[in-house]
Amino acid sequence: MILVPCPHCGPRNVAEFRHVGEATARPDPATATPEQWREYLYLRRNPAGATIETWYHRAGCRTYFGAERHTVTNEFLRTWLTGDVAPLAAAVAEMGEGVDAAGGPEPGAEAPGG
Amino acid sequence: MSNEPRTARCRLGPQPGEIIDRSKPFRFTWDGHTYPAFAGDTIASALAAAGERVLSRSFKYHRPRGILTATFHDPGCMVQADGEPNVRAAHRRVEAGMDVVPQNVWPSLRFDVRSANQAVGRFLTPGFYYKTFIKPQRLWPVYQKVLKRFAAGGRLSADSAHGYFDKRYAHPDVLVAGGGPAGMAAAIAAAEAGASVMLVEEEYDLGGHLRWGGPDELATLVDLRAAVAAQPRIEVLTNSAVTGRYDHNWVAVVQRNLPDVEERLIKARVGTLVVAPGLIERPYVFAGNDTPGVMLSTAVRRLINLHAVRPGERAVVLSANPEGDAAAAELERVGVEVAAVVDARHGGDVVRVRGGRSVDRVELGDGSTVDCDLVVVAVGWTAPTALLNMAGDRPVYRPAAARFVPGSASAANVLAAGGLAGDGSLDELVEHGRAVGRRAAHGEGPVPALDVRDHPALFRSSTHGMVDLSEDISSKDIEAAAREGYDSVELVKRYTTVTMGAAQGKLETVNAVAVLAGATGRSIAETGTTMWRPPYAPITLGALAGRMFEPVRHSPIQPWHQARGAVPMVAGQWIRPDHYGDSLAEVRNVRKNVGIIDVTPLGKLDLRGPDVPKLLNLLYVNKWSKLDIGGVRYGVMCAEDGVVLDDGVTGHLGPDHYVMSTTSSGAATVWEWVENWLQTAHRDWQVHVTPVTTAFASINIAGPNSRELLSRLTTGVDLSPEAFPYMNVRTGRVAGVEGCFMWRIGFTGELSYEIHVPAGYGLHVWEALVEQGADLGVAPFGVEAQRIMRLEKGHAIVGQDTDGLTQGYSAALDGLIKLDKGDFAGLTELTWQHQRGEYPLLVGLQPNDGSVVPAEASQIVEGSHIVGRITSSRWSPTLGRSICLGFVAPHLAEAGTVVIVALPDGRRIGATVRPELAHFDPEGARLRG
Repeated sequence: MILVPCPHCGPRNVAEFRHVGEATARPDPATATPEQWREYLYLRRNPAGATIETWYHRAGCRTYFGAERHTVTNEFLRTWLTGDVAPLAAAVAEMGEGVDAAGGPEPGAEAPGG
Repeated sequence: MSNEPRTARCRLGPQPGEIIDRSKPFRFTWDGHTYPAFAGDTIASALAAAGERVLSRSFKYHRPRGILTATFHDPGCMVQADGEPNVRAAHRRVEAGMDVVPQNVWPSLRFDVRSANQAVGRFLTPGFYYKTFIKPQRLWPVYQKVLKRFAAGGRLSADSAHGYFDKRYAHPDVLVAGGGPAGMAAAIAAAEAGASVMLVEEEYDLGGHLRWGGPDELATLVDLRAAVAAQPRIEVLTNSAVTGRYDHNWVAVVQRNLPDVEERLIKARVGTLVVAPGLIERPYVFAGNDTPGVMLSTAVRRLINLHAVRPGERAVVLSANPEGDAAAAELERVGVEVAAVVDARHGGDVVRVRGGRSVDRVELGDGSTVDCDLVVVAVGWTAPTALLNMAGDRPVYRPAAARFVPGSASAANVLAAGGLAGDGSLDELVEHGRAVGRRAAHGEGPVPALDVRDHPALFRSSTHGMVDLSEDISSKDIEAAAREGYDSVELVKRYTTVTMGAAQGKLETVNAVAVLAGATGRSIAETGTTMWRPPYAPITLGALAGRMFEPVRHSPIQPWHQARGAVPMVAGQWIRPDHYGDSLAEVRNVRKNVGIIDVTPLGKLDLRGPDVPKLLNLLYVNKWSKLDIGGVRYGVMCAEDGVVLDDGVTGHLGPDHYVMSTTSSGAATVWEWVENWLQTAHRDWQVHVTPVTTAFASINIAGPNSRELLSRLTTGVDLSPEAFPYMNVRTGRVAGVEGCFMWRIGFTGELSYEIHVPAGYGLHVWEALVEQGADLGVAPFGVEAQRIMRLEKGHAIVGQDTDGLTQGYSAALDGLIKLDKGDFAGLTELTWQHQRGEYPLLVGLQPNDGSVVPAEASQIVEGSHIVGRITSSRWSPTLGRSICLGFVAPHLAEAGTVVIVALPDGRRIGATVRPELAHFDPEGARLRG
């Protein structure tokens, strides 16, 4: 059973917690389409790598907290006690699918020098 | 067969390292005959001392089997002892009076009819169940009955006493798996460095291979054992095994050898795991290699040195290493005639053993044949890397050493010590253990490298033989599987079941890999091994189950219910009264006089703060901003997918003070739901939540006389209908108890008050009600009566009349859902559901034949289609007929429609859709009075 580092209580057996799930960004209910809403309800990135998620310390301090965890090694990279999950979901969106969105030459560009 | 008592004709004189206690002789029974033994004998050593060779019959072919390895994992040594099946006879110490019988034999060990399997072996090839006994299908019950007789394993008795199994949690800084020289040295060094240490050893004593060694080994053994005993920080567990290493060094240990506990499962969170299991000797594959009398060199040395047993009269030894040479020397020392020592390092080989129940003679590689009754093989070693593999390591094959060794990818807090890591002198292995122990305690530190010595690669002779003695898989079977296309090691394992037996590959994997490599033209390194998974050692279901605690919750009024003879029911974690003997009479009494029901399990959340109305508006489908102090409102919660989550009433008790009630099964879920919103999305809202489900005992007083009864006990509250209307809440004193609150609601459809009293006074208030209501006809009613009455009134129960797909409008909540009030949980999906307009609907249903009470969950059908189901169904004493709630497809939801209900017994009945959910008093006149 993995150890989960509760920001309040320190590392505890995962049996004390409920894994609430991957961080999601709740669409604006006033403007969301059914497709967008259901993506929020059911679709997750589920990467084999670092993920942003929420945990609930059910059998401990009863706090909902955020965490960044590597899903393959179960290493917790960081946790945070305050702050809601929506900005985290934005951070998740920025992480993208691993494609380098910023920087790099355009395809076909000449190599420098010459 | 003679009935003379057996004698220990193969027992030797005293040996320097023997663990038997000759001052404690006793007798035990084997296969119906009496045998002598000493304290310290294993079942197998005592039988070997009496010259017994055949101890079991093999799994599939029922070939006679005996001692091969003389260890826990010996495949030929599984017996039934004192009713316990699958006892490892070469490990389990025999006790006075023990009754041991062979397993898997019919009719007897000597003559097993099922060895005829060998003759029909070609019908029982690996995977035979994929190819044979398939058609005709109608004969499957016959095949099953016959094949069951041939299934392996011991017998279970339904009369077996339930053992006591225990669990324990531990947090050692260092756990050492293996109590041989390196393991003991590691434990000592770690403890000296200040660590708390658990030392786990599979055998009954520490020492590993030192125990059957020469004078140097025995001397080192004494020193190390003394050093361990002198270290208070080392906890020694013998006859125990580390069965698995899980994430973050969560380690499972099964501890046996306890006086009053069958097995104890220790769950340990370990700082550093030191793996020191030593090396396991590997069997050799050749024709007849499973004949009783073929033994490994370590088996011979164990029998001679630990148990003073002469393993045979005339031996041939195949040796490829110093341990094999040592075995030959010891056989000579104790008077066994060593007819030949065949040196495999110089091309010598053993090709075939002849003999049925025991070795008669052996054919060597040079073509000669030697008469003998004992064939000893010493062809190499296997590193049991399983625990390292469970920590992420992949073993690496060293061709020069002919064995797999640990890789370098193990987790940082899992270390290999001793023979597992490499070869060396005894001093080098001990020093390695010490260095690993220091590193385990400190988290860092140098560890000297151990060489991995060269060893001839000997896996299979020029003949075919058994590779897996537990599963009866031969090298021929593996080659056939490869020809059939199962040519990867993982496929071969699953297809042939090789390595899937009792030893789980410890004795079989490397030979299987070598045979497969040969058959597919690949190297052993290329072929690789199968994945090692927990459990490393067998573990009983009892150890996994442990003591089976099942905590239950009782209301404080429980003693009264019990004394009154209430029939209990399980409602989640609660035990509640289902009824007190006659639920129909209870219903009648409520509707006629007054009844009281203990509803303490009802979920209750105390909500304080200026932002509570915002929370209520967010979570409920209806509006909450304008609920005055003293008001109570019914609400339904939906999840973000629009599915009904929970319902209950919430009352406005005072300024910034509300109490929310939930269903009893939803109490915990709703609390977590509330906290989730408040802690994440709305941290800015000032709302404080306190769960008070168990802080208040709750009693519902229902019936025409309820007001009169409550008024006799209440002070500080004006109970007149004008002052205390329906759907209102008041606080006051009941039966002298301060801090009670009560609301007028109507689950049962009668005039009723639900009072909530501080839990410690629950029984007192209940008893006061019983006493004061005697002349009013008060009687208790249970959950069943309440269920009937709420059904008469058409009140849906979330989770009974709704399921995981029931969105709000389907639960007939049209009047309640306010789509125009701004954001709330479920708004989007409910809006879209409402726009769609067509959805299954919960309706009241009246079976046309009022005497038929359909089973709940009976399907509603239209032709061959399912168009709904009955969700609730009872016989109503108030109406004198059956009543139901159920879902129907939208086109059938109109009042007056007759639907067809398919009952489980095959009958089909008609039922009519009612205009509303309530069957009784739909206007609610009774409860508003």
